[in-house]
Amino acid sequence: MYEQISRNKWKSFFLVLFFLSWVFLLAWLFGELTGFGTAALILAAAIAVALAFGSYYYSDKIVLAMSRAKPVEKQDYPYLYNVVEGLAIAAGLPKPRCYIIDDTAPNAFASGRNPKNSVVVVTKGLLEKLNRVELEGVIAHEMSHIKNYDVLVQTLAVVMVGIVALLSDWMLRSFFWGGGRRRGGTSRGKGGNAAAILVVVGLLLAVLSPLIAQLLRFAISRKREFLADANGAFLTRYPPGLASALKKISADTEPLEAANKATAHLYIVNPLKDLKGAVNSMFSTHPPVEARIAALEKM
Amino acid sequence: MGIALVLLIALVVIVFIFVGFYNSLIGLRNRCDNAWSQVDVQLRRRYDLIPNLVETVKGYAKHEREVFQRVTEARSKAMNAESVKEQGEAENMLRGALKSLFAVVENYPELKANQNFLMLQEELAGTEGKVAYARQFYNDSVMKFNVKQQVFPSNIIARMFNFKEREYFEIEEAEAKGPVKVQF
Repeated sequence: MYEQISRNKWKSFFLVLFFLSWVFLLAWLFGELTGFGTAALILAAAIAVALAFGSYYYSDKIVLAMSRAKPVEKQDYPYLYNVVEGLAIAAGLPKPRCYIIDDTAPNAFASGRNPKNSVVVVTKGLLEKLNRVELEGVIAHEMSHIKNYDVLVQTLAVVMVGIVALLSDWMLRSFFWGGGRRRGGTSRGKGGNAAAILVVVGLLLAVLSPLIAQLLRFAISRKREFLADANGAFLTRYPPGLASALKKISADTEPLEAANKATAHLYIVNPLKDLKGAVNSMFSTHPPVEARIAALEKM
Repeated sequence: MGIALVLLIALVVIVFIFVGFYNSLIGLRNRCDNAWSQVDVQLRRRYDLIPNLVETVKGYAKHEREVFQRVTEARSKAMNAESVKEQGEAENMLRGALKSLFAVVENYPELKANQNFLMLQEELAGTEGKVAYARQFYNDSVMKFNVKQQVFPSNIIARMFNFKEREYFEIEEAEAKGPVKVQF
């Protein structure tokens, strides 16, 4: 368990580091080719952060509204309440607010910018179809997302995707509409060849970077899912509980009506059950269920 | 002149690092104390549930007086226990008394279906879980503190200021470690 936790933490850290370096590489190249340099990076960062800030800060409210979840009181669902409270004690976190989605498809998610403003949402189907140890496994996974500040991590990844998209777009535009302002590299005798290569590399990167950025963002999301599985198993000290729950949820073929592409990444198992094949799986926010179950069974 | 300045800066940096170690040891130790008192909070909750449970069962099975007495006695013993050993023995008694209480319930199908009783049963199960999780969290906090107290270089500070290793919560009674026999 400990090894899987630290392995996934390191993997997601390095992915973020790689992503950051990519962003800076793009910004430097952009600077070399158009002469706008750091100003462009700062502007792109400012725009991306501004756009993402609202959805980060109000992540809990937005997501609740989109899934039409209803708040629950202790007397209505004491079973769910007790499970969530018990795991909050185990994690050393304040108890998140509990919500229910009136849908028979089993699924769950958690959101919130920090543990104090967090929510846990489950579907009625989840409560009906899972037993106590399985439910504890699922809630422990969600609690781990909250503890790991995964909403913040995902927001950072989305911001970096935004920066890359903006920089790439500006780079391409500056080529086609302005020919680009070189910063005097050619006149300093570096030779026309080097400048030409730089231009080609720049164009290539400008076209490919948005795609690479999305792939990185999905890779980060998958590592965080593995990490939440490992942390969740650690909270309950019972990996088979979560493994059994994942098996049940993924075997259930009913689609979740409240989910769409925008919210799908939050759920414990991808509710849009249409992603198959190697290419599709690179764009998946969740690792394949078989891999997750295998990892849990190895603990 | 230059060397003296470098040495001074190095010294200041080292002092800051050591202060950091001291503060984190203090923080982790306090977390252990907090976690330990949280276990008591959950235990108290369990004790508070029991009178309600007894009253609900009494409503259907007035004559099973002996069982009710055992439960009530065991509960007050557990609440007033002063040493860890006393509490362990009282908890044992309480567990046995509750087992008999639930065995009695088996003979009264209307009681088993009673909403109030079901609610209390769920509460009791939930609270048992919370006691277990609170103890688990206490042990996790102790582990974090002990690690910091033992690794180099924070163990230097730990020794200087006499931070002692903390004990894990362990089950002492042999009966609790054995397999649970469910007999009706």
